[in-house]
Amino acid sequence: MNNILNEIGIENYIFLSILLFCIGVFGVLYRRNAIIVFMSIEIMLNAVNLLFVAFSTYHQDAKGQVFVFFSMAVAAAEVAVGLALLVSVFRNIGSVDISNLKNLKG
Amino acid sequence: MDNSLVLLLLLTPFFGFLFNVFFGKKAGKTISGALGTIAVAVSFVMSVYFFMQVNASGKPIAINLFDWIQIGKLKVDFGILLDQLSLLWLLFVTGIGSLIHLYSISYMHDDENMHKFFAYLNLFVFFMITLVVGSNLLVMFIGWEGVGLCSYLLIGFWHKNQDYNDAAKKAFIMNRIGDLGFLIGIFILAYTSGTLDYAGMNKAIQFNSAVSTPALYSIAALCLFIGATGKSAQLPLYTWLPDAMAGPTPVSALIHAATMVTAGIFMITRMNFLFDLTPEVQNIIAIVGAITALVAASIGLLQNDIKKVLAYSTVSQLGLMFLALGMGAYNVAVFHVITHAFFKACLFLGSGSVIHALHGEQDMRKMGGLRKAMPITFATMLISTLAIAGIFPFAGFWSKDEILMVAFEHNIALWIVGSIASIMTAFYMFRLMYLTFFRDFRGTEEQKHHLHESPSLITLPLIILAALATVGGLINLPGSNWLNHFLEPILTGKHEEHALGSQEYMLMGIALTGAIIGIGWAYSKYIKQGFVPKQDSEIVGFSKTIYNKYYVDELYTSLIVKPLNSLSNFFRTTLEPALGKVVYGFGTAANGLGNQGKKLQTGSIGLYLFAFVIGVLALVSYLFLGQ
Repeated sequence: MNNILNEIGIENYIFLSILLFCIGVFGVLYRRNAIIVFMSIEIMLNAVNLLFVAFSTYHQDAKGQVFVFFSMAVAAAEVAVGLALLVSVFRNIGSVDISNLKNLKG
Repeated sequence: MDNSLVLLLLLTPFFGFLFNVFFGKKAGKTISGALGTIAVAVSFVMSVYFFMQVNASGKPIAINLFDWIQIGKLKVDFGILLDQLSLLWLLFVTGIGSLIHLYSISYMHDDENMHKFFAYLNLFVFFMITLVVGSNLLVMFIGWEGVGLCSYLLIGFWHKNQDYNDAAKKAFIMNRIGDLGFLIGIFILAYTSGTLDYAGMNKAIQFNSAVSTPALYSIAALCLFIGATGKSAQLPLYTWLPDAMAGPTPVSALIHAATMVTAGIFMITRMNFLFDLTPEVQNIIAIVGAITALVAASIGLLQNDIKKVLAYSTVSQLGLMFLALGMGAYNVAVFHVITHAFFKACLFLGSGSVIHALHGEQDMRKMGGLRKAMPITFATMLISTLAIAGIFPFAGFWSKDEILMVAFEHNIALWIVGSIASIMTAFYMFRLMYLTFFRDFRGTEEQKHHLHESPSLITLPLIILAALATVGGLINLPGSNWLNHFLEPILTGKHEEHALGSQEYMLMGIALTGAIIGIGWAYSKYIKQGFVPKQDSEIVGFSKTIYNKYYVDELYTSLIVKPLNSLSNFFRTTLEPALGKVVYGFGTAANGLGNQGKKLQTGSIGLYLFAFVIGVLALVSYLFLGQ
């Protein structure tokens, strides 16, 4: 079997995955727009997914890919709920800037 | 057959109590009193029936009503034991009880709460029967506590007077001190012998003592004796009994003279197999009894309240009984219990008759000359007084004489103390008679006008009791000794028997001479010289000390009550606020902490996310890098 990892080494997948994850983290921490925060979270999720499939191929074990399918299905459901929440937030306060969401201040 | 008859014996007074509690007020005074009396009379008839049966067969009747407690190896039945001892007690408890109920119908007729009075009296008889017939110490303890409760209720029967309530509380608390001792004694016995049944304990103790003599038995015996000092008013717990005279006079006669106060003697006689093994405790009992007899008799010399005199005389006579118990002469003590029940009940009821005629006056300084107005009361009380003073051939002569004979054989010093107490008894009892019935009336004109003999419901019990006080000695005359033989099966120790020798005649002579000296002393002082006790304020010197009961109450107040009060005061003013501060401090601290924590909740989602990321980083670095 022709293994794709022979052409591009596993370490490159790991670096890419780390890079994507860090982009996601910084996006979550620095951006105010709730939709972009949301997208950044998705980037983090997919960074992990990428790592899963890379290792799945590396170990010649399909379990990692099965796990990614689950993860994607859950992410889809999460996006649906999350976007519904955002719509509701926008209807209530007229913006999706997370710095405006301060009703929970103690 | 026997089973249901025993239940009849035990429960009739209880049903009388229930009836009087729930329907007594509606039923009216006559029915309430009559039913209360009949309830006790039924018990008396049952007691006579069982007495005949046991006397004929010589075999005790034991019935187990139900299994009561079973913990580990300890098994306690709610058992009933009708043997020679319990039947004797039943006879005079229910017999004298019936007479006193009869008397109360007339005596309490003007009281609005008469049904309550009869309810309490019936309840008392029920508990007293329980105490007597129980086949183990725990059933006895139920009765023991129950009679204490009834005593409390009846002392405070006229509860509108605060002094009476205090007297009731005093009686209850003093008894509780003794009860604690009794309870500890029960625990020790349950621990050492594994049973509380009299027969079982007897076996276990005989068996154990053959192996060794454990000191635990001495402690148990001492604890039981402490219980007895509470209930039977011995030093140092006797002070409640004189105050208990606050109750209506029939109560004083029934509970505080004839029956309840003899419970301690009953218990010690019951447990004679234990006390026989602990001679050191027996010595303590004898000494305490003798000192109590002397101290109480000396206080009685100068009291002016007619009921107080009788109360101290009761304490003193109980002391003599304990003297006999301490010397192992249980049968002699029981003999004196029975004769004492007769003449002391008669004396109390007689004093009640006098008080009734004088509309509540109890001070002997305001009496006198009642002999002509109240001939029956006078005659019956004179007979009982002769009996208590120990004049031949009345009942008290025989029983008291036996106690003194036993004392003479064991210990001359105790004999002397007992004899002095007896001389004092003769003196103060005749002082009471002379002040009450002789010379001229010292009350108001109005009282004098209303003087009358009491109605027949009051005089009938007096006559019966006086008759018993006359012939009561027959049950144990030296030579025939019926009582001694009857009690033989329940006494394990050696048997006291007095053949009539020259020594016995000499002792009888001495006792009789002593009594006559006491009477003569009283005669010369109160009849010949016409002496009337001084007013309270004029009493000085040593007699003032005696008149004030050696200041024992004051001593207890300053030794126990006051320190306790100041301790509780300290708790209230110092300790409670301090504890309060600590408790409130916890509340305040939690509140402040919450206020600080509130600041963390800024509501800024960015900050939350940042904290979240930092947290995850920290976790990851701990999990992967830290190891």
